[in-house]
Formats: sequence, C-alpha cells, structure tokens
Amino acid sequence: MSEQIQLDFDKIIKTSKFSNEEIQSKKIFLKKFIENGFPNRKQEDWKFLDINQIIKKNIGDLSFFNDYSLPNKIDPSNFVDGLEHNKIIFINGRIEKIDFSYEDQNKIEIKDEIEKNISFDYQNSLIDLNSAFINKVFKIIVSKNYSLKKPLIIYHSTNDKVKSTNVNLRLDFELGENSCLRLIDFFTDNTNKNFINIFYNFNLLKDSILKNYKIDKFKNDNLKYSFNNIEQKDNSVSETFILSAGSDYFKNEINCNLNGEYSSAFINGVFSLKENQQHEIRTTINHLVENTKSYQLIKSVLGKNAKSAYQGKIFVNSKAQKTDGYQLSKAILLDQTSEFNAKPELEIYADDVKCSHGSASGSLNEESIFYLMSRGLNYRQSKELLINGFLLDVVEKITDSEIKNLIKNIIGLKE
Amino acid sequence: MDTREKDIEKLKDYKYGFTTDIENIKAPKGLNHDVIKFISNIKKEPQWMLDFRLKAYERLKLLKEPDWQKPKYPKIDYQNLYYYSAPKSMKDKPKSLDELDPKLLETYKKLGIPLQEQARLNGIAVDAVFDSVSVATTFKGELTKHGIIFCSMSEAIQKHPDLVKKYLGTVIPVTDHFYATLNSAVFTDGSFVYIPEGVKCPMELSTYFRINASETGQFERTLIVADKGSYVSYLEGCTAPMRDENQLHAANVELIALDDAEIKYSTVQNWYPGDENGKGGIYNFVTKRGLCKGKNSKISWTQVETGSAITWKYPSCILKGDNSIGEFYSIAITNNHQKADTGTKMIHLGKNTKSKIISKGISAGFSDMTYRGLVDISSKAKNSSNYTQCDSLLMGNKCGAHTVPYIKNKNFDSNIAHEATTSKISEEQLHYCQQRGLNPEEAVGLIVNGFCKEVLQQLPMEFAVEAQKLVGISLEGSVG
Repeated sequence: MSEQIQLDFDKIIKTSKFSNEEIQSKKIFLKKFIENGFPNRKQEDWKFLDINQIIKKNIGDLSFFNDYSLPNKIDPSNFVDGLEHNKIIFINGRIEKIDFSYEDQNKIEIKDEIEKNISFDYQNSLIDLNSAFINKVFKIIVSKNYSLKKPLIIYHSTNDKVKSTNVNLRLDFELGENSCLRLIDFFTDNTNKNFINIFYNFNLLKDSILKNYKIDKFKNDNLKYSFNNIEQKDNSVSETFILSAGSDYFKNEINCNLNGEYSSAFINGVFSLKENQQHEIRTTINHLVENTKSYQLIKSVLGKNAKSAYQGKIFVNSKAQKTDGYQLSKAILLDQTSEFNAKPELEIYADDVKCSHGSASGSLNEESIFYLMSRGLNYRQSKELLINGFLLDVVEKITDSEIKNLIKNIIGLKE
Repeated sequence: MDTREKDIEKLKDYKYGFTTDIENIKAPKGLNHDVIKFISNIKKEPQWMLDFRLKAYERLKLLKEPDWQKPKYPKIDYQNLYYYSAPKSMKDKPKSLDELDPKLLETYKKLGIPLQEQARLNGIAVDAVFDSVSVATTFKGELTKHGIIFCSMSEAIQKHPDLVKKYLGTVIPVTDHFYATLNSAVFTDGSFVYIPEGVKCPMELSTYFRINASETGQFERTLIVADKGSYVSYLEGCTAPMRDENQLHAANVELIALDDAEIKYSTVQNWYPGDENGKGGIYNFVTKRGLCKGKNSKISWTQVETGSAITWKYPSCILKGDNSIGEFYSIAITNNHQKADTGTKMIHLGKNTKSKIISKGISAGFSDMTYRGLVDISSKAKNSSNYTQCDSLLMGNKCGAHTVPYIKNKNFDSNIAHEATTSKISEEQLHYCQQRGLNPEEAVGLIVNGFCKEVLQQLPMEFAVEAQKLVGISLEGSVG
C-alpha cells in the first residue's frame, strides 16, 4: 500500500498549487501515516469495528489521488427544501461553494490558511492521513455577539468521477464570545465505494453555542469517518446530534474538552441500521474544571447483519469537582444476526461528582407488541410504532425546533 | 475505649506483617528448564506433569507481559526470583497434624487459624499453604466418608492422577496469557477438591495462603471439580509478611461444574498492601476462571479485596451448559497507594444462561481503582440475560475510580442491562449518623458497610464477620 500512497501523493503535489512550507508539513504527516497505517482492532479505540479490515473487504485497493484542479458541477436537486439556509458545498473533496448570503457579511470571516500543526494530542493515523492529503482547509470565524440567522448546511457529496478513492475534508470553526452557530452536515452520496475522512475543529469561546446535526440517511456504500474536536470555554454549550443510517460504514468520533466553568456538552445519537451496515460512535468528554456537565444518549435499532458500537468515555480531572456526567445507550436487536457492542467508560479522579452510565440491549418487548395488537394493529404496525417511539425519544432532545422537525421528516418519525 | 476501637488499635498496622524463622529449601534463583525440572523432581511428579510444565514454559518464552492494565508497575525481573520455597521440615511430609513443625503451627495460630483447634471446633476443613507448599489439611476423615477429595495439589497428582490429568488445564490452558502460563510452568502447590456425584459437601472447605520467604513468588494452583448434582462452598484467605520489596503472587484457579452442580467460591484477600508511602506489598496477578460445563450448573464468585499493592484479576465464568448461572459479587477497597484493576468476565455460550454482577469499589487516599468487565452473549446463547451493577465510592480528590465495561450482545433474544454510578458519602448521610451519636469514623464505617451490604451478604457467616472488620480497618485514617 505504501508505494501506491507515495505515488498518489506525488501526483497531488504536482497537480495542485501548494506552497513549499505546506508541502513540507504534508510530507511529515504522510510519513507518520505510512508508519502507522490504517487503525486496526489491536488498537483499543478500534476494537469493535476494524477499519483496516473493512476497507480491505469493502473497497480493496484504495486510491489516494484526487484531482483538485477541476471544478465539479453542483446539483441543486440535492438541496434541502423548506428551510432557508447558508451553504457550504463539498464535492469529491473540493469546496465548490461557500454561501453566507443570509448573514451580515462583516460578522463572518473565512480564512483559508490555518496553523500547520494540530493543537491537541492525538493518536489517530486517520488525522495524519487527512492532513497529508487535504486540499484546502478553511477556517470560519463567527464574530463576537453574532448569532447566525439561518442554519449552515454543509453538503457532502461524491459523484461518479471518484471511485474507490479516499476523500478528505477539514474545516475549522471559531465561535466568538456570545455567538451562535447551527450547523447541519448533510450527506448525499453516489455509491462508489469511497472512503471519506472528515475532520472538524471547533473552538467555542465564552457563552457561545454550537449545534451540530449530522444526517447520514440515504443508503450508499461509502465508508465514512468523522472526527470532531471541540474546545469549550466558560459557559459555552455544544450540542451534537448524529443520525447514522445511510453508509455501509460510519464512525463518528467526538473529543470534547470542557475547559471553562459551567460549560456543557450534549451528544445524542441514533443508529438505524439495515443489512450489513456497521456503524460506531465513540465519544470522549474531558471534564477539566469545576461545574461542567455532559449528557449522552445513544439508541440503536439493528436489522439483519447490522452491527453498531458505542464507546463513550467520561473523564473527570481531580480539579473538576461538581461534575455532572451521564451516559445512556440502548439497543433493539431485530434479527438473529444483529450485534450491539458497548463500552461505556468512566475515569474519575474527583470525589464530589455525579457520574453514571447505563446500557441496555435486547429484543422488542413481546408484551408491548401484544398490547398493541390486541388494540387492532397488525404485527408490523406494532413493531414500527414501538421503534418509532424508541427513536423519537432521542430526536426530541434536539433543542432547535425548526431542525427537529426537519430531522423528524427525514427519518419519517411520527409524533 | 470500646471494643471496636480496641480492635482497630490492635489491627491498625498490618496484623499479619510478622515473618517466621523457618529453614527453607529453595530452588536456585531464576526461571529455566532446570528449575522446572527441580520443582517437578522434588515433588516426585510423574512424567506427564513435567511435560505439562515444559510445554507451558516453551509457550511462555513466546509470550509478552500484557500492558493494557491501568496500574503500571516497574518491570519484574523473572530471573531474580525463587520459584520454589518450602519449609525444610516438610521434606518428609508429616502424616498428621501432631507431626507438624511447632513453629509452623505457631504461625498459623498468629494468623488466626489454629489448625488443631479448628479441626475440632469450627467444623471447617482447612488446607494451609505456606509459601509454596500445602502444609496441613484438616478434617480428612469426615470428608473421606462422603467420598470428597480435599488435599494439596501435589498429593492429588500422586494419588488421583486420573482426575488431575482429566481436568487440569481445561479451563485455563497452558496457552493462556503470560501470568497464567507462568503459573502452569512453575506452580508448586495449591488445593485440589473433587466432589463426587450427588454429594453436598457437609462443611465449608477453606485454604489459607501465606507467603513467608523473601524474593519468592507464590504460584499456587487450585482445581475444584464438582461432579453431577453436587455442591461445594470454598473459602480462601491470604496474608503475607511486611517487606520492602514487592512480591509476586500469580495463582491459577480453575473451577469446573458439571450438570446440576454448584460451586461457591469466596475470597478474602488481605495480602500485605505496602506501607502508607506505597513501598513494598504484593503484586496479586491471579487468573480465576470457572466453567459451567454441564446443564443447570452454577458458579458464584464472591471476593473481598482489601490487600495487595496491585490487585489485577478477573474471576470469570464461562457459561457453556444450557440454563447455567454465573454470579460475581465483589468489594474492592484501596487506600494509600494501592491499586486495583479487577472485575469479571461472563461469557454466555449456552441457551438460557444467566449472569449477575454486583461490584462495589471504594477508593481512598492516593489509590486508584478500576472495574473492568466483559459481558459477551454469543449468537447461540438464546434467551440469556445479564444484569450488571457497579458502584464506586470516592473518598478525597487524590484517588481515582474508573469503570470500563465491555458489553457485546450478538443475540436478539437476550437482554443485557448495565448500570454504574460514582459518588461520595454525602454530608447529609454523615450528619444524620453523627446527630444520632456516632463519631465521624463510625459514621463512615456504617455507611460503607451499608454500601457493601449486597456483597457481604453473599459470604459465609465466618467470613462475613472478618470481612466486615477488614472493611473498617482498610479505610482507617481516610476520613476527616
């Protein structure tokens, strides 16, 4: 594999316009990636779903070359109806359009140069891969005291120009004091067995609010990996919602550092998986100072041969007294071949804390089905109603009512 | 001074910290073919046993020490250890208790297990293991009447080779992880129990382990086989003298329950934990595994872990037989600089299997405590269920409490429920108790005992009293 990577890397350097300095830093990341390779099940974080094996099995030979020189056509039929929004459009790893037409232009700054180094400790070769092959990295800065009027939708799409290719994306966000951003990641893919590697960096200053909704609904055979690093200052709030349903493989990783007092993080996730899909959510919440709060709720509904995994870690520093941490994961297994794995982890060094986690998995309750059937529903309807209610619970946690309704419509949940 | 305070005064320092001046026979230092042959030879073992050891040793050479655990420790020099140490007077094994070295008997008296008296009064059959060798087994006559075999492992290898050959290494194979394999290569003694078909063992069986000699590792091996429809309750207690260097204890315990059999295994582990600065103490790296081989069988582990500098063990149940049940009740207490990484594994293979895990962890001082557990329901284990509850209690902000459960469900007919909480003793609870006349220490003792009650209830009576006291003593000085 390493020869292929090196060739593809040289080809990208040749066809794109990078500065000398950029090329040097990319080379260092590439070297690191080649040394470590794709993560595999020997690494604790990849124990349940081995990306190395899955790439080999689903894609085979992965190409790392992307032609960044030619623009791609934007297909407006993919756009979300019935909700006015700002847009960033990614196609095949290229940013085709950034559109903040609903906003005050002075309040949003877009930079296309970022620090070459990654500011936090990580042991994740996919971030090295991302940094080595990424085309352009944009940083979006929201000014102090500004709340975006409309949500920002990032459209992630691939078209039939790329096949069995690794596509990398990266965006950095800085939310100024007392600002607010609603961000929706919307995936519309052509099925061509690509490996998409997304890396977001969020910096939340005092009193800012970030709401991030990831919607992967439409069936496709791409493999996806998304990593969110969130740094939070005093009194900031981050809310993440993940709908993990469309891709053949999707792993969402969230690393959240609660650096400021009274900051809080909320993560809610839904796995709705059918044949042969394998999805995972892995979270690390680091409570580093006093009076911080985190809440996580993850629910899975698993069909034939579907496999979901949840690894959640709450870390409480010895300084972080009065921490409130909560984790709950629940799964319904619909078929003999479905599988649910969980590793809810607590690492606590302070004594005045309230931390708990729970995990439950099993089949649909036959008694509940009987109850519904005795009131006139057929078996399929009863089952659907129960699943509907099971998932609705998570969607109801979304605090933005406009987006909550949009997501309910997309999933097809009834109230 | 009331009696409790007197108790504590008496026991404040590690009560079992004395050494006994007894001449020892030791194998040469280090780990190699010759040492293994020496051990096998001195125990007059048959060839198959030596082959078993050598096979494990060959395998050991290929293995690396695991390093995923939370408590890290300085590298152990395996070539600088004695793998065999036996009281000299044991060379010609005594026929009865009266022939025992009086010094040995005195040691056990200090430990609180006067073998002779115990034989008469308590009605508990005791097998005492001193350093590496089993020194005395009481109540032989009564047990033989029921056809129960309860003896040292070396004796079992001589007298019941068929049974040992049939079951030894079937639950913990020689090809297991590093410490288990090390034990398979150099184990020196331990207890062997066989309960014949349909027999309910009329008394509790008990083993007391003691490490005496310095620079020795203790590697005992226990094998308990409960044949169809039988029942046995087995107790294990451990102590060691105070020494500045760390000592290694790597035991293997195998339990096998056939159809309708039940084994209840209780441990009160109180190895020397090191002084308050974390110097010395025992490394307790033990492999305990039970196999519910037959239908409707049941294995239950109960442990009270208060000692050792580092405790690193996961008593496990493999639920192979249909309708089999696995249970795990644990209290782990760490104080000063102690570290523990303990928990259980419940592996569901048969249909309608059930498991229950109750774990209570208490950390104080500068200690670190981890619960690590696995619940794995395989795709064939239809209609199985697991319930896990692990609670941690923290005292002070210099210590840590961690929970790392692994949950794998591959069967849609099965249910897993897991709960964990971490908290501290609330001011209100303390206030309530103090208002009613208890001093702060007593109040904490009361609350902690309440916290542990679910587990303490599972212990046999004699042990429960001892364990309750231990809980109080272990937390001594951590309040306020």
